[in-house]
Amino acid sequence: MNLFQTILVLSAAFIAVFGETVLSAPRAWLGAQVDLLPAIMVFAALNTGLATVALLAVLGGLWFDTFSANPMGISILPLMLVGFPIYLRRDLILRNLPFAQFVLGAAASALVPALTLLMLLSGGKEPLLGWGTLWQWIVMTAGGAVATPFIFTLMDACNGALGYKLRTEVSFRSDREIRHGRILK
Amino acid sequence: MFKQKNYLALGAVVIVVVLLLSLPTRATDRLKLAVGSWFLPLFGLASAGQQLPVDLADCVLPRHELLQQIDNLRRENQQLRSQSVQSAAIARENDQLRALFNWQRQSPWKLKLANVIMREPANWWRTVQIDLGSRDGLRENLPVRTAAGLVGRVSSVSLTRSQIVLIGDPNCRVSATVENPARDIGVIVASGPVDTSLVDLTYLASSANLKAGQSVVTSGLGGVFPKGIPIGQIVDSRSVEYGLYTDARVKLNANLGSLEQVWVLMNPFQ
Repeated sequence: MNLFQTILVLSAAFIAVFGETVLSAPRAWLGAQVDLLPAIMVFAALNTGLATVALLAVLGGLWFDTFSANPMGISILPLMLVGFPIYLRRDLILRNLPFAQFVLGAAASALVPALTLLMLLSGGKEPLLGWGTLWQWIVMTAGGAVATPFIFTLMDACNGALGYKLRTEVSFRSDREIRHGRILK
Repeated sequence: MFKQKNYLALGAVVIVVVLLLSLPTRATDRLKLAVGSWFLPLFGLASAGQQLPVDLADCVLPRHELLQQIDNLRRENQQLRSQSVQSAAIARENDQLRALFNWQRQSPWKLKLANVIMREPANWWRTVQIDLGSRDGLRENLPVRTAAGLVGRVSSVSLTRSQIVLIGDPNCRVSATVENPARDIGVIVASGPVDTSLVDLTYLASSANLKAGQSVVTSGLGGVFPKGIPIGQIVDSRSVEYGLYTDARVKLNANLGSLEQVWVLMNPFQ
């Protein structure tokens, strides 16, 4: 993990939110807008540190709510509640498998809107709900699931092309190497 | 697994959320404005990207086609001028009759054209943002329409852009009249989250005689929308709550799914 990866994740979230506000094609074709923030959160939780996960939840949620009629800050907690358990259990997840990414993306994309709606209803708001919401939820889940492996591939490619790896210090020092064998005089 | 720093991070995020949700509306609007301004370079790029194909098309458009367009526009202009003269005479006559009956004189609506620059990213609201703000004279609750019909009202205003809550959103209820002999009055409310072209007209009298295709216009009640703005046409109706009142589905005239430009009514009740 390094700073570049944090910048990459936040940039991806920034562009994703912008894309969701200007691109209306998914809504016109499928009847729902696909949210990419949960998919990016899955990537961040599996590949970066907790600080990046928290930053993504706070900034991603803020950016999303800025252009939405949502109360400011309501999208932060659902993102964090999805990213945090994945981060805690990431050692047990086969993160390089596209199927694992797909399943995690589906779960995250299903949970985030459900938790956001729950928070809105708890806060006394009246969002637009009906039987069509079920269809929108399925589209968001499927869209997020399909997008997650692509986001992993894209982020890994960006990281490989533009990123850097921290130089690790090893205990080996060549001047202290014990030479074995016969001493030649 | 459960280290202290993990709890600290989670706690910090929860504190941020609680702080944000407890902010007053005015502070939230300012925060939205400040955070939204981070995206200005991207919006500049997007609009430049949209303008580029138009500019390229202008460069390669043949001369004879341009001349034909000019000719068509001249003809249209002449037709509109003659209509304008006719309507001016009708307006004069209307004013004279109003003066005769001591009725209040109506002034024409002052309209401002706005471009739709953003759409709602969440699926559970219906809003758009336009490129006019308080510096253009916009304020909350001004009605917004297209040439086809009512679109919604201004819900919040910042310096350079405003949020429009569209008809069919739970936060945009409109008092409407059906153009039938009884002039039945009801309230336009949200219909469903997927189909943006349909809304519900509810609280109509149980005796309302509704037929498919009848026009629905704003009633002027409620103090937000002036009378007579077309909304849509009745699709079907049904009796609800054991015949207590009637609900009808209304197909909107304005296509809310592909809004690009809208008109803001600056003086709806003058």
